Amino acid sequence: MSDTAVSLTSKKDWASDQEVRWCPGCGDYGILQAVQQLMPELGVAPENTVFVSGIGCSSRFPYYMNTYGMHSIHGRAPAIATGVAVARPDLHVWVVTGDGDGLSIGGNHLIHALRRNVNLTILLFNNRIYGLTKGQFSPTSELGKVSKSTPFGSVDPPFNPLAVALGAEASFVARTHDLDRHHMMETFRAAHEHRGASFVEIYQNCNVFNDGQFSEITRRQARDEMMIDLHHGEPIRFGVDGHRGVVMGSDGQLRLVEVDDVGEDALLVHDAHREDPSLAFALARLSHDDHSPTPFGIFRSIDRQEYAGAVSTQLATALEKSGPGDLAELLRSNGTWTVG
Amino acid sequence: MTDTIDRSDEEAPEVLPRLVVRFAGDSGDGMQLTGDRFTSVSAAFGNDLSTLPEYPAEIRAPAGTVNGVSSFQVHISDHDITTPGDAPNVLVAMNPAALMADLGRLEPGGTLIVNEDAFDERNLEKAGYTANPLDDGSLDTYRLIKVPMTSLTKEACAPLGVKPRDAERSKNFFALGLVSWMYTRPVDPTLEWITAKFSKNEQVKGANEAAFLAGYHFGETTEAVGHRYEVRPATLPPGEYTSVTGNTALAWGLVAAGQLAKLPVTLGSYPITPASDILHELSRHKNFGVRTVQAEDEIAAAGVALGAAFAGHLGVTTTSGPGVALKSETTSLAVSLELPMLIVDIQRGGPSTGLPTKTEAADLNIAMFGRHGEAPLPIVASYSPVHCFHAAIEAARIALKYRTPVILLSDGYLANGSEPWRIPDVSELPDISVPFATEPNHTDAEGNPEYWPYLRDPDTLARPWAIPGTPGLMHRIGGLEKQDGSGDINYEPDNHGHMVALRAAKIAGIAADIPPATVQGDPDADLCILGWGSTWAAIDAAVQRSRRGGRKVAWVHLMHLNPLPSNLGEVLRGFRHVLVPELNSGQLARIVRAEYLVDATPVTKVKGLPFTAREIEDRIEEVLS
Repeated sequence: MSDTAVSLTSKKDWASDQEVRWCPGCGDYGILQAVQQLMPELGVAPENTVFVSGIGCSSRFPYYMNTYGMHSIHGRAPAIATGVAVARPDLHVWVVTGDGDGLSIGGNHLIHALRRNVNLTILLFNNRIYGLTKGQFSPTSELGKVSKSTPFGSVDPPFNPLAVALGAEASFVARTHDLDRHHMMETFRAAHEHRGASFVEIYQNCNVFNDGQFSEITRRQARDEMMIDLHHGEPIRFGVDGHRGVVMGSDGQLRLVEVDDVGEDALLVHDAHREDPSLAFALARLSHDDHSPTPFGIFRSIDRQEYAGAVSTQLATALEKSGPGDLAELLRSNGTWTVG
Repeated sequence: MTDTIDRSDEEAPEVLPRLVVRFAGDSGDGMQLTGDRFTSVSAAFGNDLSTLPEYPAEIRAPAGTVNGVSSFQVHISDHDITTPGDAPNVLVAMNPAALMADLGRLEPGGTLIVNEDAFDERNLEKAGYTANPLDDGSLDTYRLIKVPMTSLTKEACAPLGVKPRDAERSKNFFALGLVSWMYTRPVDPTLEWITAKFSKNEQVKGANEAAFLAGYHFGETTEAVGHRYEVRPATLPPGEYTSVTGNTALAWGLVAAGQLAKLPVTLGSYPITPASDILHELSRHKNFGVRTVQAEDEIAAAGVALGAAFAGHLGVTTTSGPGVALKSETTSLAVSLELPMLIVDIQRGGPSTGLPTKTEAADLNIAMFGRHGEAPLPIVASYSPVHCFHAAIEAARIALKYRTPVILLSDGYLANGSEPWRIPDVSELPDISVPFATEPNHTDAEGNPEYWPYLRDPDTLARPWAIPGTPGLMHRIGGLEKQDGSGDINYEPDNHGHMVALRAAKIAGIAADIPPATVQGDPDADLCILGWGSTWAAIDAAVQRSRRGGRKVAWVHLMHLNPLPSNLGEVLRGFRHVLVPELNSGQLARIVRAEYLVDATPVTKVKGLPFTAREIEDRIEEVLS
């Protein structure tokens, strides 16, 4: 089922007839808009696209896309999507998950889908809270988080989703946020075009249970000084007129500097295609909280063997070598004897 | 009378109708291989046979201890048999621990062949003997044959330059050679097998050959062994035969199901005893379009199968009890999604890790009830190693036709046991293919065609199966309750009640699509045995013996456990007594009592071992006398 003959689609072709039921003001609306607006630009057909989700607010996403879709069970979307992708490498398979779904109950499936490098586009909506169950801390909530289940503050240190993905050998790792449709679209486009598992963390505001968690970074007035845009092959600069930048010290540590203090040549040049993930890892860990300058964009994008394709190649090789399987022959493969 | 004539008289083997041999030794002694070779040679010779491998859960339990004993029992005969035999006629004990563990099984007066070299002080102590049983007269009631197998093997291998330590490892072939001579097994197939198997290691090949021949010649030339026996070929129906284990047959059944359904097979599996061999076997058959994913855990394995089913494949996951528990939520999702999927449970002793290498059939309850909410699904149970092939096809047929997850139950005894199989004509296997939806099936309020994923076939109540890639049929399904027909999310009380009833009716309706229960034996008997699964073999032998003894016994054996055959209640009510032998604490008996108000009496055994025919025969006798 090739996409070569895809007739042009428009945004409305990608929207299902279901009423969208997130809370008014939820960051999920912006993400849905970005995806629906992007899809016609990707040159793929709705019938060749599958959205698989787990459980949580974000996981309602497939209901709103006029594609094939499955709203599955908590945490298991990467495993189910692996089944779809392995069975049908011709499909474009997206996984929509959240910080609880993807990093808590489904953490095992997420890391293994990334390790195998299954051709999946994984969107992790990170709002640092459990929304659907009404306000418990999540595995990305900051230490000390006061929530319904932690009235005295959480004693659980959080995961850094990008560091987890990189630790799992993810071949594509990026971060975007729900307030910038253009940035989301460009990030999702790159993730879609990447062959293998692509992991996108989306800072997403839960205006009901964790409102403003990222606003010090993502609100319009703060972005210049707080968002570090990563561009492959370019020195890492941010701030008004790019007055600040990132350097790597002789101890291997990344530091934020004033460009005037060190000179432009001293700035770290971003290399998303580097085989060694340590630079991407260091960038992922540059910010430890939601109050400091934080990198966005593509941290890592490398080529390595894609899983479903490799499975198909083994099948094709076997077919070429042995010919199509013959059942009668298989039943005789342990040796036979004749009676009578 | 000349010497020559005398000798040939002596050498004419005595004909036995059947023989049960048990090879027992340390886990490192190669007993499974030895038993397997004896089995293969007997199969090719034309005997009917049945096997029972038993091995410890530990890969290498402490050497020389009773816990480390690995055994292989094989029953060969010149007539149709189904069980590996109750009591062995011959026990080959490679060390004191094997003797300690298995002597109790040997028939009174049976033949006991021991490797006397292994009966040193240290091994005797490890096995828990305070005196050497070979010397203290405690084995006098048996036909004891003491053979210094280790030293004879070393001697045989010495001319090849094999180090004594390495040579010792071939002593299982010495035992095989000796038993082959005693029971008139052909030599060439084993020699050919050794040549093929060890072609890459000349020294190991040579040592095994030398040990095997030394054992054979030892029997031939030593008076200590004496008499030879023969079990003539069975008069099996004419045809081409092979020998299969239950797991191989099940794997082949899954390959066949894919072919018969004209669908690629995708297996998601996580290694677990005793199911892993199915994963291994299916991994080899890529040219049949079989994809295998060794998943990160049992849950993911089920997820892979379900995802593949959504994408239009025959999705399968294989496991044992602990895995069934972990897959439960995904199975419930499959019930709600109404997608075809096979969950294969090779049952083992439980609960928890239980007895991983021992057999049990105590997962009927979890198969029947082990999901949250009202989540009925069909259950198919295989009853013999060969039947695993057909049961896999039947389970796939039901799953595909009714778009439902199906649990296929086998067990460790069937999985590892083997029997001869008259190879079926593949052209006579059923077509189990089902069509995918290709067109819209509904019209919206404005008159536009649309696709309703839950618009059911009125006969089967199955919903249509539209797979990704089909233009115009894009749809979303999920675990939330759906509106009947459109499949849209729906939380209405009446709709939920309706959907629960529909899903149940769909599964119950399958009863019309499976064979009715048939009574074997004497339909006018007072007593009916109701069996399921691997107890088939022991029940068969027990019923035959009781009937030969003049008792009237009826027998119904179930292959479908949910739904049950539609006439089962009526059939069972026709008997005064219903006995239900099960390798659990009475799980089917309870279902039958609840379903039909029939006073079914459980006959239970939960010891990690199959029933012996005698155990069932005794119960029959108890009820009828």
